[in-house]
Amino acid sequence: MAEEVKLDHLIVQGAMYKTTLTAKFKHRKAWKSPNPNLIYSFIPGTVIEVLVKPGQKVKQGETLILLEAMKMHNNIVMPFDGEVVKVNVQPKDLVSKKEAMIEVRPR
Amino acid sequence: MSLKNNILDLRKRKEEIKKGGGEEAIEKQAQMGKLTARERILAILDENSFHEYDIFVEHSARDFGMEAKVLHGDGVIIGTGTIYNKPVCIFAQDFTVAGGSLGLMHAQKITKIMDHSLKMRVPLIGINDSGGARIQEGVNSLAGYGEIFFRNTLASGVIPQISVILGPCAGGAVYSPALTDFVFVVENISKMFITGPSVIKSVLGEDISMEDLGGARVHAEITGNAHFYAANEQECFEQIKKLITYIPWNNEQKPQPFPAKPPKKVKVEKIVPSDPKLPYDMRDIIKAITDGSDFFEIMEHFAPNILIGFGRMEGETVGFVANQPMVLAGVLDTDSSDKAARFIRFCDAFNIPIVTLEDLPGYLPGVDQEHSGVIRHGAKILYAYSEATVPKITVILRKAYGGGYIAMNSRHLRADFVFAWPTAEIAVMGPEGAANIVFRKEIMEAEDPEAMRQQKIQEYKEKFANPYVAAAKGYIDEVIEPEETRSRILHALKVSKNKNISMPVKKHGIPPF
Repeated sequence: MAEEVKLDHLIVQGAMYKTTLTAKFKHRKAWKSPNPNLIYSFIPGTVIEVLVKPGQKVKQGETLILLEAMKMHNNIVMPFDGEVVKVNVQPKDLVSKKEAMIEVRPR
Repeated sequence: MSLKNNILDLRKRKEEIKKGGGEEAIEKQAQMGKLTARERILAILDENSFHEYDIFVEHSARDFGMEAKVLHGDGVIIGTGTIYNKPVCIFAQDFTVAGGSLGLMHAQKITKIMDHSLKMRVPLIGINDSGGARIQEGVNSLAGYGEIFFRNTLASGVIPQISVILGPCAGGAVYSPALTDFVFVVENISKMFITGPSVIKSVLGEDISMEDLGGARVHAEITGNAHFYAANEQECFEQIKKLITYIPWNNEQKPQPFPAKPPKKVKVEKIVPSDPKLPYDMRDIIKAITDGSDFFEIMEHFAPNILIGFGRMEGETVGFVANQPMVLAGVLDTDSSDKAARFIRFCDAFNIPIVTLEDLPGYLPGVDQEHSGVIRHGAKILYAYSEATVPKITVILRKAYGGGYIAMNSRHLRADFVFAWPTAEIAVMGPEGAANIVFRKEIMEAEDPEAMRQQKIQEYKEKFANPYVAAAKGYIDEVIEPEETRSRILHALKVSKNKNISMPVKKHGIPPF
């Protein structure tokens, strides 16, 4: 075993192993519980139109945003009856995947 | 015209075509650190062995002013030759001719040599260096790619297929290499991606260089698309020629044997720490048992927590699959399962016995692992070992816990021989995890829970963390001394030479791809 290798720790089933870690492992994304009040982009794309304003009451299924992605216009709809809290995007914005575009709250 | 004049005319025609895309284009190619298509073929094949076909093929594009253009050989060179005096089929896309773009006739040349390689049962080497589909030829280009992919699939498991990425290989073109057995990439030269940086920029607004998106290192380290990574073309050609020595010419043959050579003398028991939580480099164990201590590693940079590659034992090629305690404690995860499973299937298809060296604490825990499908990826390794009918030998060095024990070519997946070192711990899980569950109540109710935990861990260790419980059931065939490892494997290989088992008749299985 080469002495200069710097060892890290990895815990598997309660046991702590001395080993090295890969870059892929170190850069893995930590799990975050999704917030149901945040409307995320499900695909990267361009915002075409924002149809709601903060404070506006919106029914379940109504369109909040038109998002163009892969040459398709996608309706981003309200998941439940409620109210718009905050709009984080405007037309022509490029959004990446899983970006919080709008914050809402149930009524 | 006399015959002599005919011959001179022929020579003149050939000389002209061999200039490829002309001096300027060749100069450009050289500036990128790249050899020409012809130079590459000559560098890989035995001297004076290359024989070319279809040199006079012309492109068939009739639109967009293409009819007036002359594209020598239509941008690809095909032929046959030998490596170490054994025949191979080869093609090389010529980037100096219309950027190596693929049109109908270009694709027809490639499929012609592919058909030859399958008929003649000889390996196929494809050198990719192409800007992609020739847009001017429209759907004919797509047809060409489809015909190539179809042949890659037909030939899979019949002849070894080698892809060498020596330039761009983008869009649909990437799927031919992906269907082949071994993909070679070279630093700063190889570029592979489905959609390039400019499309990503315009659609998604993400800025990324070609190198960071699909360069050699990315495919060798992150995606696992490449099997061999080289610093330059010459090193890449040496890797190809070395690989060729380990594999058979087709699925009805065995690899060519070499003169037997003993490994360098090392004490294997000195390499492995007795504490199962301490790491060591499993390569040292492989090199302690292979002929000449030579281990030809495959996918060295991808999922390094498992090792795969070839070595020889008494002159015969053996495929090694081994957990690497030095990286991520040698766990199985999505990437290492993919890596091992495909290699096991290659060995099985091409009559190469598999030796498995086992030392792993189990599967890598984590949300990212579960969500990226460690269940279906992990299942590949079970499938690959179970369906393999070549001789399968396992040596358990230390840890063989839980699902990892089953997956690493256990008796239950029909290993032919399973050996264990006296340091082996074959158990449903490691002592720490097991004690916490089995003795939960005692530990919780104890005055000093930590002291009780340690005591129970020790108890469990003594009772289960050894090879003798499994040996008592016949799940392992013999507990051996570490120094016997090579001689035991050699004997097992010797008596397995005529192994012949049949599997249930079926069209094909449905592996968890």
